Amino acid sequence: MSARLKALAVALVALGALAVVVVMLNVRGEGDLGDEIAATAAPPVGWRATDEVIARGAYLARAGNCQACHSARGGAPYAGGRAIETPFGTVFSSNLTPDAEHGLGRWSAPQFWRALHHGRSADGRLLTPAFPYDNTTLVSRADSDALYAYLRSLAPEAQAARPHELRFPFNTQVALAVWRALYFEPREFQADASQSADWNRGAYLVQGLGHCNACHAARNALGATHGPLDLGGGLIPMHNWYAPSLANSREAGVADWDRAEIVALLKTGVVNRASGLVTASGPMGEVVLRSTQYLSEADLGAMATYLQTLGARFDESQAAAASAPNAKRPKPNPRGEKLYADRCAACHGDHGEGVPGAYAPLAGNRAVTMRRPANLVRIVLEGGFAPDTPGHPRPFGMPPFGQTLDNEDIAALLTHLRTSWGNQGTEISALQVNRYRGTR
Amino acid sequence: MSITHLKNALRRVRCWLPTRVHSTALRGMLLATALAGSVVQAAPKFEDTIAQRLQGCTACHGAQGRATPNGYQPRLAGKPAGYLFHQLLNFREARRNYGPMTSLVDPLGDAYLREIGEYFASLDIAYPPPQAATATPATLQRGEQLVRHGDAARGTPACQQCHGEAMMGVAPDIPGLLGLPRDYINAQLGAWRSGKRQAQAPDCMAQVARSLSLDDIDALSQWLASQAVAAPAKPLPEWPATRKMPLPCGGVSVEAAPVAGSQIGSPR
Repeated sequence: MSARLKALAVALVALGALAVVVVMLNVRGEGDLGDEIAATAAPPVGWRATDEVIARGAYLARAGNCQACHSARGGAPYAGGRAIETPFGTVFSSNLTPDAEHGLGRWSAPQFWRALHHGRSADGRLLTPAFPYDNTTLVSRADSDALYAYLRSLAPEAQAARPHELRFPFNTQVALAVWRALYFEPREFQADASQSADWNRGAYLVQGLGHCNACHAARNALGATHGPLDLGGGLIPMHNWYAPSLANSREAGVADWDRAEIVALLKTGVVNRASGLVTASGPMGEVVLRSTQYLSEADLGAMATYLQTLGARFDESQAAAASAPNAKRPKPNPRGEKLYADRCAACHGDHGEGVPGAYAPLAGNRAVTMRRPANLVRIVLEGGFAPDTPGHPRPFGMPPFGQTLDNEDIAALLTHLRTSWGNQGTEISALQVNRYRGTR
Repeated sequence: MSITHLKNALRRVRCWLPTRVHSTALRGMLLATALAGSVVQAAPKFEDTIAQRLQGCTACHGAQGRATPNGYQPRLAGKPAGYLFHQLLNFREARRNYGPMTSLVDPLGDAYLREIGEYFASLDIAYPPPQAATATPATLQRGEQLVRHGDAARGTPACQQCHGEAMMGVAPDIPGLLGLPRDYINAQLGAWRSGKRQAQAPDCMAQVARSLSLDDIDALSQWLASQAVAAPAKPLPEWPATRKMPLPCGGVSVEAAPVAGSQIGSPR
């Protein structure tokens, strides 16, 4: 055998071995699930679990905010079809109603469990990780079965799933297999015996169905996070809102909040703290609106308990160095000062003090001075209302200024906010403002 | 009064104060007094009113929703409450497509959207003069013809049949057609014709818009936008009991009786 042929043979064997490893990694942990699936027929159309199980599933679906992605705006709930933009192309959510042709009508409970726990579809195909199965893998089998029972109780919608529009090679099963081999492993939720039952319940919800890290964590070039434990903040891909760190006290860390304050924010969308009004805005407002407002006080309290301990693992000294106070005296900024007086002061006060219960203070507000200015820019450009919830109905609205102020104006205005009244944020440039214009 | 002014003022005060009382406490007191004074002078007292809550709307639609035809945004003041409510729903549920409106109303529930509609409907604000038409007399004539008589050959009902003789709409669900920017009317009819704008089914206006040519739409917007709004400038309080609508309309609870033999035309 010539040297060249030998090398080729070695390469082929290595490639084959690698392929075997990738395949093995993709089905690891499945045990006899294949047998169970083969032995379990999907219940007939019209099958209903007990009301109690269905109600529990409905609650869990809220906790997972499944409907947010699995419904198109104005479309039937859970019928799918919503476009989810990713850096790799567009993913269209699937139909979760029990339609036999297009939905879950022919799925069995163990198949549904395999989707949640292993990220594989009823026919065994690998699902795209836009479906956060790195989180849902932590959902218990009992909760998975309850979710399945709830979805099977919905009215079937004969709405065909739209094929994803992902670019090559991301649209291939091979690419998904490699991605999963690198970044996904099915896991059970492991309770931490050194922590309270309350903390563990919170951890289960935050890391699992809540899939908080889908937004509140940085992603690498292939869209992978560091897993559900990392809530260190990240720019939401394509949406360009910054989901702040839940560990860093300079961003959205809540270690020094009262537990009741965290619960109120998740339940109603706003909380009046001693330091002023805090509002869940942008995508977090949507999370409160469609998910957390429906959760029980006990579960929200458990999540709060867990979130309060995130700060302990966080190195504040590094963050302090990263966001060293702006030692320079702010440059004179008459443009920003005038815009503030004309457009903002009537609500937010001459000195950024806000109005309790109505308008957030801007002085001493970490959302104003945060190192990543995405949300501040977006809120001024687009305005918005806090979520309209029973605990906080008829919210006050912030006007959008994107139509009336240009980038230079908004940069001057935001620089004024970030450097006045004792605020020690950095300046904002017109280029930074422009980056967040016209994104959704 | 800015902080710099205050500091300068304090510095001047300090110059003639005995050295002993240059304490931080005194400076703090003076500063606090000055600040309190400036707050009272500058900002009107905060009042929790619906108008205050809806500043997100009036930033673009004008104070009290009085936007004039000089901009693009439509006026809200005095439009029928049900119509406004339905439009807010349409934005939230993607029957109308304008990102900034959708993201504003997305977090709001039906009860609040209804209240918002009722608030703007309740405002009685004088209309500004209309826009001068820029079209030829023939175009304006065509516009007026469509508004008053429709186009029987194409099955286009007259605008006045539903929107009222005065074209100020009928409470609570049928909007007026006057006092709007020409570009806005043009864009809305165009969007309805192409399916970009929709209403609750059955979408009567989509049918009407599809029966119009682009020239018709231009003629309609030219003529409508150039009409002065005559007193009392309000929608009819209710649909006349003796009349029926030419088409069934979603979101409008008036019985429809299509004129025999009339067929809405195909897209032109």
